[in-house]
Amino acid sequence: MSGAELGLALSVFLACAVEAVEALTIVLAVGSTRSWSSAMSGVGAAVLALAALVVALGPALTALPIDLLRVLVGGLLLIFGLQWLRKAILRSAGLKAKHDETRTFMEETQAARAAAGKDSSFDGYAFTIAFKGVLLEGLEVAFIVLTFGANQHRVALAAAAAGLAVLVVVAAGAAARAPLARVPENTLKLTVGVMLSSFGMFWGAEGAGASWPGGDGALLAIVPGMLVAAFALIRTQGPTRPQRVKLQTTSTDPAP
Amino acid sequence: MTDPGAHERMTRVQELLHAAWEFVVGDDWRTAIGVALALALTAIVAAVGIPAWWIMPLAVLGLLARSIRRAAKDPPPRGG
Repeated sequence: MSGAELGLALSVFLACAVEAVEALTIVLAVGSTRSWSSAMSGVGAAVLALAALVVALGPALTALPIDLLRVLVGGLLLIFGLQWLRKAILRSAGLKAKHDETRTFMEETQAARAAAGKDSSFDGYAFTIAFKGVLLEGLEVAFIVLTFGANQHRVALAAAAAGLAVLVVVAAGAAARAPLARVPENTLKLTVGVMLSSFGMFWGAEGAGASWPGGDGALLAIVPGMLVAAFALIRTQGPTRPQRVKLQTTSTDPAP
Repeated sequence: MTDPGAHERMTRVQELLHAAWEFVVGDDWRTAIGVALALALTAIVAAVGIPAWWIMPLAVLGLLARSIRRAAKDPPPRGG
């Protein structure tokens, strides 16, 4: 496995793990309070929809000329990766409230209990919430699988890395029987943001006609360089005390 | 006479485009524009035969720092 392929697999695995933790929280909340069978049906339907998206768009993307693909996909990946990185830096610097899976679980559980009661064996509420949760969290993963996979003509490898991440998170969730609140979610998001931005920058510049010194080896400088820049921004952009106090009283927001 | 079905279809297309924009670009459109401009500059510089690999790292670091600085000056009242 080449360095670029390893980077692909690692980036997809980490991104998928982060999104899977968030989706698991929602599914656990509606499954435990409403109906496990309906919630799992929602999960299955969402996974099928996401798989169909990857299968339909994967070959179409790989059919594009390589330079056009790289500049298009590299640019999109870079914009997308900078979003992740920006939010992770803001959270690490204390300028934005961190995700709290325990709180999300409580909110989802309360909403599920408050919803109208079940009137048949199939619970539409549990199905819909689980379907929407998995589909929305999964869309980001599908985007990363498609862009990374198509660029290196390794959609199958990217999909396998995503599948492995889901298995690991689901196994951990099943063992804990609780939302995975101790997962260092923001650290994972920072890592994924660095990887997406680095690969996006590398492919985008190559597609635009630039030649990196050292070819693929340039990634060995780009990835650590982005990481150092991210840590430097976290250190230098910390909030003033009133901002920090204000943030401690705020709620969380959706991914990324 | 206007076709109400056509209006509804147009609204759905607009909603879809808005959702796609939010999904990829998010809440900082300036960074997205900056990335597009940096890629265009890279293509122009490379086309005239000058090494152009350095443009993207410089542009990305600058765009990220500016984006963080903007958010630090005006932090959102809630998480988002």
